[in-house]
Parts: sequence; structure tokens; C-alpha cells
Amino acid sequence: MNDPRIADALARLPDYLGSHVRVSLVALALGLAVSIPLAFVCVRRPTLRAVALALTSIVQTIPGLALLALFYPVLLAAAALSERAFGIGFPALGLLPSVLALALYSMLPVLRNTITGLMGIDPAVREAALGVGMTPRQSLRMVEWPLALPVIMAGIRTAAVWVIGTATLATPIGQTSLGNYIFTGLQTQNWVFVIAGCIAAAVLALAVDQLLALIERGVTRRSRARVAVGAVGVLLIAALAVLPNVGRGKAGYVIGAKPFAEQYILAALIEQRLNARGLNASRREGLGSAVVFEALAAGDIDVYVEYTGTIWTNFMKRSDVKPRAEVLEEVARWLKATHGITLAGGLGFENAYALAVTGARAQALSLKSVGDLARHAGELTIAGDYEFFGRPEWQALRQAYGLAFRAQRTMQPEFMYPAVAAGEVDVISAYTSDGRVAQFRLRVLDDDRHAIPPYDAVLLVSPKRSEDAALIEALRPLTNALTIETMRDANRRAQTETPEAIARALSERIGR
Amino acid sequence: MAASTAIAFEGVTKRYGEQPVLDAVSFAINKGEFLAVVGPSGSGKTTLLRLINRLSDPTGGTVRVGGDDVRSLDPIVLRRRTGYVFQGVGLFPHFTVAENIAITPKLLGWDAARRAARADELLALVRLDRGYGARYPHELSGGERQRVGVARALAADPEIVLMDEPFSALDALTRDALGQDYRALHASLGLTSVMITHDMLEALLLADRIIVLRDGHMIADGKPAELMRRDDDPFLRELMQTPRRHAAKLNTFLSRSP
Repeated sequence: MNDPRIADALARLPDYLGSHVRVSLVALALGLAVSIPLAFVCVRRPTLRAVALALTSIVQTIPGLALLALFYPVLLAAAALSERAFGIGFPALGLLPSVLALALYSMLPVLRNTITGLMGIDPAVREAALGVGMTPRQSLRMVEWPLALPVIMAGIRTAAVWVIGTATLATPIGQTSLGNYIFTGLQTQNWVFVIAGCIAAAVLALAVDQLLALIERGVTRRSRARVAVGAVGVLLIAALAVLPNVGRGKAGYVIGAKPFAEQYILAALIEQRLNARGLNASRREGLGSAVVFEALAAGDIDVYVEYTGTIWTNFMKRSDVKPRAEVLEEVARWLKATHGITLAGGLGFENAYALAVTGARAQALSLKSVGDLARHAGELTIAGDYEFFGRPEWQALRQAYGLAFRAQRTMQPEFMYPAVAAGEVDVISAYTSDGRVAQFRLRVLDDDRHAIPPYDAVLLVSPKRSEDAALIEALRPLTNALTIETMRDANRRAQTETPEAIARALSERIGR
Repeated sequence: MAASTAIAFEGVTKRYGEQPVLDAVSFAINKGEFLAVVGPSGSGKTTLLRLINRLSDPTGGTVRVGGDDVRSLDPIVLRRRTGYVFQGVGLFPHFTVAENIAITPKLLGWDAARRAARADELLALVRLDRGYGARYPHELSGGERQRVGVARALAADPEIVLMDEPFSALDALTRDALGQDYRALHASLGLTSVMITHDMLEALLLADRIIVLRDGHMIADGKPAELMRRDDDPFLRELMQTPRRHAAKLNTFLSRSP
């Protein structure tokens, strides 16, 4: 129980839980506000009903993560359009896309149950409602709605549990949630965090489900006490939504981070630096690779650490390879010219893609370079992360060296290293700054034909902060402050220590 | 049309698609009359009843209530001043008995105290204990529910009460008791009643006048005694003789018993 990670997890709970409740509740409210009236409109219209149910069913088949991720580019385009047409932009990251995606997700159970509930009413009762002189509206309000309510409530409960569960996936599009525990934990091998995230989300979902069940029973049995207790419970949970705002000032600088340990450490480092200078800073962690860059360009975040090779190949679509300094210079020029983004300096180390094998394997096959590997590739299996085999670097490597492996597998980075160490796969796509290269005694193979561009870690500053002297000044000491060895060591320690603690240690080494 | 006419059908036709459910039906009901509409299933009885309070509108012809073409009346207002006892009762399962009874008064905007008093009054009228008011329909027996159905129909002091097979689902004893009770209410409250039934005996015992429907056509209209004497239509003769045959069998059986 004295694990510092538990204390750390608890310290983050108000922020994560509160944000989670907020996004879930707003999404659910929006979902209900759309689905229930929609159900009433289409209950007597078979065609419309079939279309509405089919559309919401299709939405349901889209994986939650994909649905959430899809809303970011859509909103980004909408925001740009609205900016141009009305001069009013809106943030495309965080709460808005999450709420829209989750609301859409919540629609099927509510819509289906409301329709089922309304259609399941005894026609004799509906006829009686008209016969005693009710208007159709009165019949709906006094008879059909209350009789369908238990079925509708069951749908609302299902939707609530789904939304609360799926909201953990809002983290990669910049909405803080209990998913932050899970994403951070998975990337830093902090299982305390992963478990904390799962338990917190499950407890929240169960609590809301049980409170709604209490209200449901109260409604069916006409017990005011049950409804009141349930409603108070739901309101108390809703009150958690304001937790993250307690004792927090106005949002200042937002630092973005992609979902892996190095990014968490560097984001914490930048945050500490800014806060030490009185610049109020906060972090948005676990953002997807494409999302984080667009978020910076749009000003949704202010600073993050990117790698020159990623910009070079992904955003500039370059397939040629140039020396480190030239790439850095061209990238900086391109960022300024096309996006107004400032490259505030390099951190001093590279985190490039590289192919790695175990030391033993390297010795046995006398492998030094990728060129050596190519001769044996036909008997070997390679594993890469989710991105690797889709990236231009992989194409470049294959073409430059004529690589043809026996098999290729895609894995979560955390499992790639143990897999190669255990001999389950022979070659992996490693990152040069990864602490596990040393930990698992891997040999990084030289790219002697320069197929992979340099991957210098660089500080990027959003267009709206590019003239911000205080910010630039605070970032300056980080320039060239980290060697590859320092970063590897820091990354290795991320398996047992929190990013904040590692960042503090780094900060002491760097000095002011 | 005479001043004493409560309801009149003038060449009324109702079609669902091509199929006529009612074909050129004409008759008039006097105020205070108790009319039974008899016929086999599918003969158009329920349709006829629904045309009176505009739960349905005719395809052709005119339905008049109190001399007015019902199409000129607001259906909501018409239904609120017409009592209706539904086949299978149709009580609202989530309302108490008292709330069920007082629903039309509530729709008419009566205050809570007046509605409660009215519910009590009607419970007494249909001979149910006051305590029934707080119960829910599922806690009652079939006969009790049917009494509540009648009470609900009478709650807003209607002049006309329409009843769709009101007693058919009940056991013989309850059915007879309830029928007699209703007949007494009909007289004491000065109601005009239209009752649908497929049971000729029930019609003969309760009604002042009987209309017989078959396949949407009105094949007979008269006082019970007149219909008993008619001999021109084989279907009608068969219909009228059934109760008589039952009575005859019963008498034979009783006389043979020691």
C-alpha cells in the first residue's frame, strides 16, 4: 500500500473522475434529448423508424475509439468553415468531439427502448385514452409515456453504462477522463494506473446504473422516496463534474503529449518549467499522433515535443533523406511558412525508428547493419507497432535493403520488447531513445544506407504563442539539454516511477 | 328529426379499403332509450359505436348527435360528454380506481376535491366500497373492473353512454347482476344507452329496442317482442329462437327433475 503510484493515482482522481463524469453526463443528456423526441416522432412512422434504427445501429458497430477519433477532423473542418463564414471558431479538441461521439453512441439503446416501450402499450388502453376524451398529446403524456417509462429507463441505463465505459476512450482526442489512467498506465507499464482506471470506470458505471434502477423502480411503484434518493444520488455524482475546476485558475498554457512514456516525461518537464516561472500550465496527454499536430496548429494546445522525421515524412511527405542539420532547418522553415508554428529548438537527442534484434541473435548471425539483416530476412519474423508497417520509413527500408521477412506481426509496443527477448519474434521496430533497448540487451542495427530520416526531438510552439517571449524564454534552457543516454535512462525509469518524479530529476540535472 | 332524437344514422357507410364494414345504415335513437346492437363478430357493431363519438368517421352518410352532424363537433369535446365502456374495460393500469373514474372530469378541468367527491359518489352508484378508490385495476376481479369501467363512463354526467360488449367477459352471475344494476342506473339517470352484444338473450333482457346487424347491413330494428314475432328472415329467426330454445330445454329439464 506504500507504492507511490497509488498516492499518485489518488491525487489525479478528482481531475480524471470529474472530467469523466462531465463528459459522460453531457453526452448522455444530449443523447437523451435527441433520442427520446426522435422515438416519439418515428414510433407511428414505420419507414422513418426503420431508417432511424438502422442508422443508430450502424453507429453502434463503429468501434468506440474510431468513432471518437473521427469527430476530431470533422469538427476541425467545421470550425474552420464557421471561422471563415461567421468569424466564430470553436475548439475541435476535447469536450466537444467527445460529447458528440458519445451522444451518438448512446442513441441506439434509448431510441430502441423508447420505441419498443411505446409500441408495446396495449392498443385497448390507447383506444380508451382517446375514448375518455384525451387529446393525442394528453394520451402521450398521461398514458403512453408513463406506461412505456420502465422500458425507456432500462434503455437509459444501458446507454449510461455504455457512455461511461466508452468515455475512457476520449483521452486520445484530448478529453481528460478515467482513460488517462489506462492510456498512461499502458504506455509506462504502470499497472496500478491501468487497474485504477478500470476500477474507477466500473464503479462509476455501476453506481449510476443502480441509481437509475432505483429511480426506475420508484417510478413503476410510484414510490416518491425511491425516486428522490435515486435523483439525489445522480445529482451528487453530477456534482463531481465541477471537481476539476475547484482550486484551479484560468487555463493557461496547454502542453500536449502523445501516448508514450517519453512524451509524458517531457510534457511533465515542460509543465514544471513553465509553472516554476509562474506561467500557469496544464497537460493534455495521450493525444493521437495526427491529432496532436493539428491541435497545435489550431491553437488547442500551445507546446509539444515532436520529432523531425515525423514532420518530414508524415506532414511534408518527403521520401528523400538528408543530414540531421539540413532536415532540422528545412522542417523549421516549412512549419513557419505553412502553419505558423515555431520550432523553438531541439532537445538534443533523437528518437528514430530502428530495427533491433537481441544481442545474442546479432552475434550468432553477425548482424551489424540492416544490410546484414537483409540476407537472413527470409527466415525471420518482424514485429512492429500499430503505425510502423504503414509508415513511409518501412517502405524506404524495404526498398533500400530489399527486405523480405518470413512474417510480420503488429503489437502494442510494450509487448514487442518482451516478445523479441523471448524469441517469439526475431526483429522489432524499436525506438532509439527507448530505455528497453538497454534493458532487454537489444542491438540496434545501423541504417548504413540512410533510408530512415533523422528524428530529432524538437519543441514546437503554436502560432498564437509564437510571439510569447515569456514562453520561449522558459523553454530555452531545454535546448540541447538531453543526451540520448539521459533520455533512455529516463524512459527506463518510467516503468517504476511517475513521469513527474522523473521530470523533476531531469530538471535538476539541466539546471535553470 | 324529432326533438327527442338523441342519435341518428342517416345512410351511413364505412369502408376500410374496398370492403364496406357498414353499408347504408339508417336508424334513430330516442332520448332515454336503451338500444342493443346485436350481431355476430365482424358484422360492424363496434364500428357503428365508434362512429357515434368520432373514434372513427363515416365514409358516407351522416351521423347526428343531439341533431348536430358529428363532423361539425370537436371530437375531443364530443368524447368528453359521451360515456364509453370499452370491450375488455381498458382501465389505465397506472392509475388508481379513483383516478380512472375521475379521468374525464380531470380532462374537463375539475379541481381535485370535486373529482374525489365524484369518484366516491360513482363507487357508491356502481355498488363498490369506498376503499376501492385507492386500489389499482390489477387488484380487482373482472366484475369489479367492469363496474369501474361503467363508473368511469358515467363520471362526467354524460347524456349518452356507449358500451362495447361490456359484460361479455364476466361469469353468468356477475353478468346478470351488473346488467340489472346498469339498467337501473340507465333509468334513474335518464341516460340514452347504446350497448353492443353478440348475446341475444342479454339484449332481450336489458334493452328497450334491438338492432340486428349482419355483414354491415341492418337486417332488423324493433322492440324485443316485435322481433320475436318476425318470421321473414331465416337468419333473424334462428337468432331469436336460440334463447327461446334454451329456455324450452331448461323447462323440460326442470319439469323432469324430482
